[in-house]
Amino acid sequence: MFQLSMNMLYTAFFFFLLATIFFAVSITGKKFKNRQGQEHNRSALIGYILAVGGLVFSLTYFITRWIAVGYAPVSNMFEYTTALGIALSLAFVIIYPIYKINFLGLFTMPVAMLIIAYASLFPTEKQALIAALQSQWLTIHVITTVIGQGILAIGFAAGLLYLVRVIDFTKASKKVKGVEFIMFSLIAVLAYVLVNIGFGLADYEAVFTYVDEQENVAEMTYHVPPLIGPHEGERISDQGMDPLISTPANIRSGGVNMVVWSVLTGLMAYWLLRLVLRKPLGAVLQPIVKNVNPQLVDEISYRAIAIGFPIFTLGGLIFAMIWAQIAWTRFWGWDPKEVWALITFLFYAAYLHLRLSRGWHGEKSAWLCVVGFALIMFNLVFVNLVISGLHSYA
Amino acid sequence: MEKVKCECGHVNPYGTYLCESCGKPLLEDTSKLANMRYEGVARRSQTYRKTMVDKIWNFFSSVKVGIWIIVVILLASSLGTIFPQEMYIPPGQNPTVYYEQEYGILGKLYYQLGFHNLYRSWWYILLIASLGISLVICSLDRVVPLYRALKTQRVTRHEGFLKRQRLFLEVNSISNISEELTKAEKILKDRRYKVRKENGNILAEKGRFSRWGPYVNHIGLIIFLVGGMLRFFPGMYLDEYIWVREGEEEVINGTDGEYFLRNNEFIIDLYDEEEEEHYAEAIERAGGTIVRNYQTNATLLKRTNEGTVGSETELEEVKEAEIRVNQPLTFDGFSLYQVDYKLNELSTFTFRLESETVDDDLSDMEFVVNLNDPQKVYEFDNGYRIEIREYFPNFTFNENREPTTINRIPDNPAIVFEVFTPDMDPEEETGELSLIGIQMNEHLNPDGDAHDHTIRFTNAEMVDVTGLTVRKDNTLPFIIVGGIIFMIGLVQGSYWFHRRIWLQERDGILLVAGHANKNWHGLKKDFHYLSEHTEIDMPLDQTEAMTSEPDSQKGGE
Repeated sequence: MFQLSMNMLYTAFFFFLLATIFFAVSITGKKFKNRQGQEHNRSALIGYILAVGGLVFSLTYFITRWIAVGYAPVSNMFEYTTALGIALSLAFVIIYPIYKINFLGLFTMPVAMLIIAYASLFPTEKQALIAALQSQWLTIHVITTVIGQGILAIGFAAGLLYLVRVIDFTKASKKVKGVEFIMFSLIAVLAYVLVNIGFGLADYEAVFTYVDEQENVAEMTYHVPPLIGPHEGERISDQGMDPLISTPANIRSGGVNMVVWSVLTGLMAYWLLRLVLRKPLGAVLQPIVKNVNPQLVDEISYRAIAIGFPIFTLGGLIFAMIWAQIAWTRFWGWDPKEVWALITFLFYAAYLHLRLSRGWHGEKSAWLCVVGFALIMFNLVFVNLVISGLHSYA
Repeated sequence: MEKVKCECGHVNPYGTYLCESCGKPLLEDTSKLANMRYEGVARRSQTYRKTMVDKIWNFFSSVKVGIWIIVVILLASSLGTIFPQEMYIPPGQNPTVYYEQEYGILGKLYYQLGFHNLYRSWWYILLIASLGISLVICSLDRVVPLYRALKTQRVTRHEGFLKRQRLFLEVNSISNISEELTKAEKILKDRRYKVRKENGNILAEKGRFSRWGPYVNHIGLIIFLVGGMLRFFPGMYLDEYIWVREGEEEVINGTDGEYFLRNNEFIIDLYDEEEEEHYAEAIERAGGTIVRNYQTNATLLKRTNEGTVGSETELEEVKEAEIRVNQPLTFDGFSLYQVDYKLNELSTFTFRLESETVDDDLSDMEFVVNLNDPQKVYEFDNGYRIEIREYFPNFTFNENREPTTINRIPDNPAIVFEVFTPDMDPEEETGELSLIGIQMNEHLNPDGDAHDHTIRFTNAEMVDVTGLTVRKDNTLPFIIVGGIIFMIGLVQGSYWFHRRIWLQERDGILLVAGHANKNWHGLKKDFHYLSEHTEIDMPLDQTEAMTSEPDSQKGGE
């Protein structure tokens, strides 16, 4: 059952990949015309059907894993991040028929794939749930939150689409830099995934002993070459290289090493692309999306936020408070994760109020959608892995 | 402040921009489209700008100010997560040194700025309070006039109003307008519009109640914030803690001595690698132990008032409960939560008196010392007597190298015993003194004094101790009601849309206009449907005619 569920997830990933390809074809491919002179390009429909197929398989993964592990599979980084990718594809499948914009598929499906691929790098085995997590509220609170965040992420995809469509890439500006930074970030995540998978296939392993914060000697295993090594690290495995730099004891060198790897490989990949294409990546994409109606995309991003916001609030704050009252004796305790959920809530609340004022539609609003998604990812990755708190579930 | 009479006969409050009844622009405005925010009503904040009250009102009624307050709260909140808040640093650590020790110079600065307790600082609470004020004033400033405007709106609107709607078209190709209007009326009714007619003109309206969503959710938020404030009132919020040893009864703090808890048994259950192989990886990753469950099997007791004054406290059993994480015991507004435990705390020591030099029969000289409540004197059948002179439950030396105890918890017990043989007089003489503790057995009598007896440690018993939080929160009803109202308002405002369609005949021409407060796409779909089934064409989106191509975008950097 467990293996079956993982196979379902791989299948879903493959479907999302195909969906991306078909959406790309629907936009860039030749316009077939039938005898009546009507455009006759079925790729978008096929792309959508594939996206639905991917969603069905990923939900099958979710349900079979649920049965296999015995609790809602949203309890650790792998499970939650995967669920976020699934929620994004769910939101897309719901929103696409309303607006029928193929471009949205082109921008959403790759993001969903990237999230799922990133998730698969975390430990995927079955969790032994700690006492605090053994509650129906795990199911209710986390699933509601993830659906809300998935819908909010559509706002990001639409916002990015808007920016690529309207920004003038012909002359250098802060805006161009901004879009390029988003592109670079996506590429860096992809690089991170590929580096891990590559060294994983090669069975890379370097084991170190090091001295931790409490002055104890501990062991740590690197699965990618340690550019950044642990505090007073000594390599004890035959395989591997010695680190270039050592970190102080209170920093998790493994994490820092991974960040350095993904930034470096991301930068290399990004500049390689720039060299080959000879212009900003946004400028490469712009001609592809030239037929997008900016106003409609702006409205999609706004609606995605307006639909996602109440669901996120219900799951990430209200249900969260109910559970916190039951498990942690108080509904609110300023735990970092709680605070960042509040910050995300306040940010989108500010966004919704800004939509009332003139001059905040369109481009500014699109930037805000991007920042909102960055906050969601920050709260998922950084707060869980770097800031210690009650929510540190790795 | 004069009232303004519109040509349609409606009398508007001073400062009205679009007539509440017919929509005619009453103020100079050169823009192509009417500003439909709040229906162009006169709002107090836009009208009165003289007195101090006006100024304060106007400040807080601005959405811009509200957004600034939200943004400042957001930024301030993030500062508090850089390093842990004071309540999350390891217990027993002194914050004055802890932050600097852990986080260096930045940690020291963090502490000095008071960020280690940021969310309780006066300025943060002030920010939250100003958010509350902003919510109240913003809502009041808008909801009353908006309500009046939507109530008094007429079906027949002024031409200037219609022409300056975002969706507008003059259709002059229709042969029989009244017939088309009848068709349109039916179609719109089928699409759940409320249709009103006047002189053959149509106003179709849908989802007006969603306009109240923001005000409903603001009311909910205000109630929520009031609930949060009430916590600072005495008696509203209780946060206490009790440790109860297995087999003992403790008074429950915060209940004025009315309730007691007996810990019948404490159970802890770990995941077992041997039995559950599929957990092996996860357990190894967690460093070897993961707790599956820990619980206190407890009995709740209540003091009865039957006992006479000064007599022993009479307790009656109220209920039995298994207290676990996620399953608190609730009674009388109080809740007891399983939050902590301590395994294997020392509870008794057993000693035996031995001697290699004395002929007395010492075979029955075993005695048990209860470390939480030791007897002072132990008398034996053979006439021996042992007294406890000093007891240090948690033994240490203070700065002056004197023996003392850290606290009352027997983590490192040390006892000074005095042994009297049958022929000694405890009142007059000093017996053999020895200090006995863990890994420690020393004679204390002056050198040269005879020391014939040794007290041997033979056994120790241990108990588990459960740690429970006692909580009473009378603010919860406010929090719950506020949260529910907030959520209702949020759904009301987000998932329904206020749409209006105006169809008016002027000299053989049909004026078609539409307005939505959001989701224009949905409104356009309705118009599209209308155009497919009648001769009424799709209106144009006047903003799209204005949006230019990207290369001529005038975006200021």
